[in-house]
Amino acid sequence: MPAPPIASTGQLLTFVVAGEEFGVDILRVQEIRGWSRPMPLPRTPAYIKGVINIRGDIVPIADLRERLGLHAVEVGPTTVIVVVRVSHGDQARTMGFVVDAMSDVTTIARDAVKPPPDLAETAGAAGMASGIAVVDDRMITILDVDRVFPLPNLDAQAA
Amino acid sequence: MTIDAAISGLLDTFFDESFEGLDRAEAALLQLGDAAGGVSAEVIGDLFRAIHSIKGGAGAFGVDEVTGLAHAMESVLDDVRGGAPATADGTTALLVGVDELRRALDARRAGKPIAAGMHAALIAQLAALREATAAAAVTAVADDAAVAEGSPAWRVRFAPHVELMRCGNDPVRILRELAELGATDVVADTSRVPALAELDATALNLAWTLRLPGTVSRAQLDDVFAWVDGQCELTLEREQAVSKAQAVAAAPAAPPAAAPASVATSGGSLRVGVDKVDLLMNMVGELVITQSMLGELDDDGPLSPDRVGRIREGLSLLARTTRALQESVVRLRSMPVGVVFARLPRIVHDLGRRLGKDIAISLAGESTELDRTVLEKLGDPLVHIVRNSIDHGIETPAERVAAGKPAQGTVTVRAEHRGSTVAIEISDDGRGLDLPRILATAKARGLVAPDAQPHDDDIAKLIFAPGFSTAAQVSEVSGRGVGMDVVWRHIKELRGEVTLDSTPGRGTRTVLSLPLTLAIIEGQLVRLGDQTYVVPLLSILETVEYDSQPRRRWGVGDVIRLRDQIVPVVDLAAQLGIATGARADHRLLMIVEAEGAPIGLVVDELLAQQQVVIKSLETNFGRVDGLAGATILGDGQVAFILDIVALARDVRRTGRTADPASDDLQAA
Repeated sequence: MPAPPIASTGQLLTFVVAGEEFGVDILRVQEIRGWSRPMPLPRTPAYIKGVINIRGDIVPIADLRERLGLHAVEVGPTTVIVVVRVSHGDQARTMGFVVDAMSDVTTIARDAVKPPPDLAETAGAAGMASGIAVVDDRMITILDVDRVFPLPNLDAQAA
Repeated sequence: MTIDAAISGLLDTFFDESFEGLDRAEAALLQLGDAAGGVSAEVIGDLFRAIHSIKGGAGAFGVDEVTGLAHAMESVLDDVRGGAPATADGTTALLVGVDELRRALDARRAGKPIAAGMHAALIAQLAALREATAAAAVTAVADDAAVAEGSPAWRVRFAPHVELMRCGNDPVRILRELAELGATDVVADTSRVPALAELDATALNLAWTLRLPGTVSRAQLDDVFAWVDGQCELTLEREQAVSKAQAVAAAPAAPPAAAPASVATSGGSLRVGVDKVDLLMNMVGELVITQSMLGELDDDGPLSPDRVGRIREGLSLLARTTRALQESVVRLRSMPVGVVFARLPRIVHDLGRRLGKDIAISLAGESTELDRTVLEKLGDPLVHIVRNSIDHGIETPAERVAAGKPAQGTVTVRAEHRGSTVAIEISDDGRGLDLPRILATAKARGLVAPDAQPHDDDIAKLIFAPGFSTAAQVSEVSGRGVGMDVVWRHIKELRGEVTLDSTPGRGTRTVLSLPLTLAIIEGQLVRLGDQTYVVPLLSILETVEYDSQPRRRWGVGDVIRLRDQIVPVVDLAAQLGIATGARADHRLLMIVEAEGAPIGLVVDELLAQQQVVIKSLETNFGRVDGLAGATILGDGQVAFILDIVALARDVRRTGRTADPASDDLQAA
């Protein structure tokens, strides 16, 4: 399976979820907020933690750990919400996800990105990853935010 | 802004204006058809200009198919403007043209390709019509013996540019010379003349059309206009002499008129009157002043009674301005109902003709304003009701005369403000509802028990039942059985009401009452576990103690008996998956009305009643079954607004609305 191309800039916002490092295209990131408890949204998949109010906008928040098939971790002092722009077809949505801690902004060369391995196609992060970047000794799983947040309606039916 | 963005913005404006123009043209054409020739030059001028602008815009944006058709239509209209009679055939062909233009523009906006040559037949038909009318005109003139043998008469259109007089030219001189050449039928087009206050003495806003005898030579005409060459739009053409019979034979049969496209309000752009924006600016100005006034009071000094007083004053000013601002913004989203009403004359015209009925439509209160969203959803129900009136209500002319009524039936559609709602009343002077037949049909369909004797009002309401239709034969017009129940549901979705009354032999009146806005509702805040939810206040009937009520299990849930009614109960916390750790000892049962029947919602506590601003969950997420949206409370927390109708449907799916024997219930 050919890997979808990663963003042209190659700047990643990286963060830690369950001890592993992940990154998203920095141009998709709208803001990073401290943790505030979302209002639980009924009748939605478990990984949707609820919605928060961002300057009058109702923004859904997903738990990336649960989305990746990992165990939910207690909210700690470094827990933050990363707010991103997600595009579904021609509709753009603002959504947020919960991560354990921020790392930094990493510039990566295009050739440092390897396509995601085929073997774990269905498991956790693999289906949502667009590649793995190798920077020095670190391995960063690059997430495709559009696939982290599928169309909620379709997802609700599947759940 | 990039060039592409600028062009796409212009393109949007072109589409918006074109659709508006087509609506105007359609209205004018219908007037033309009704008045049989006796229409003012203004109407024809407006019609001409609407099509002309579309042609111009389409040319600029390269929508060639539209340009071609618009040009053919414009030519026909130009003749009419020049005095040629407006024939019924011509009007029909032009109406078809309007539909075609609308379809082509719709396709273009959606990015779909327009088949080349799609309008060739129509264009040919329009051209043939033109020749036919020109021939007729020539015949008429020949009868007057006002034209010289041989050469046909000249048709001259002289439209000077606004700055013509600033160049030292005087149209009076030209007109005098034309008069000397024997000009007749001179018509001045005054539609461009501004109001008196804005009149500029040096600007020329007039245009003329006139007829000259065929004996005048082209050179003579060129001489007259030699000085204004390039400063005016000038058309000189000879009226063509073609046999009328021949032209009519060449005209292809008119294709059936397509249903007019829905109101072009689906786009994201909003055309707002400058006055509304100015009002908004004023309000924001007030807000800024209040803010700076309060800002001055914000220092670390002691809170003297004087300062507290001034802070209070500032806050009350702030509250007043905020409310005014809110009202103006609501008004910004509103549009006159005339936009939707504009579709109706066409429907009455087309349907009446097809059914062989003579029907007039009278519209009132077109300037009444409603929220755009309400307006968009109002169109289909309104058309449905009007169609019903035409199909079932109004009788054929023969039947009407036999009943002692004028042969022409009337459908009246009127909009008016009634408090915080807008009422839209659709009435006809037809035969009224056939109550015995409705009852018989309802019994046959099993909607009513065979031995029941419902009240007349209740019988009338049966036409809103799903799948109900008395039409013996399913017609193209109505009678598919998906009519009035859809109307009922749409209006309910808009939080509106439908009422109906009918007098046999005298007519039927349907009233739709709709809320002014969908953006703000009166809400009752309720506590469920540790969360706050909002119930629309309008749907609440009463609230009773829950735990002390006799109840029994029915299907998958509980029902209670409240006075003489069996009410299904929804345990909201369980339905919405809310942790019940913080449940109250004395829960309450809120009885709400959903689609005409009560259901009970179990809540832990009633909190405040307040106005809430509805925020869509679909903007950033998607529809959540059971929720109508979300709102932000005073403390910045999000609260969800319950969708009572969806919750009630859940209950009905579990089969809890069938009446259990009430004896059982008492025993329970």
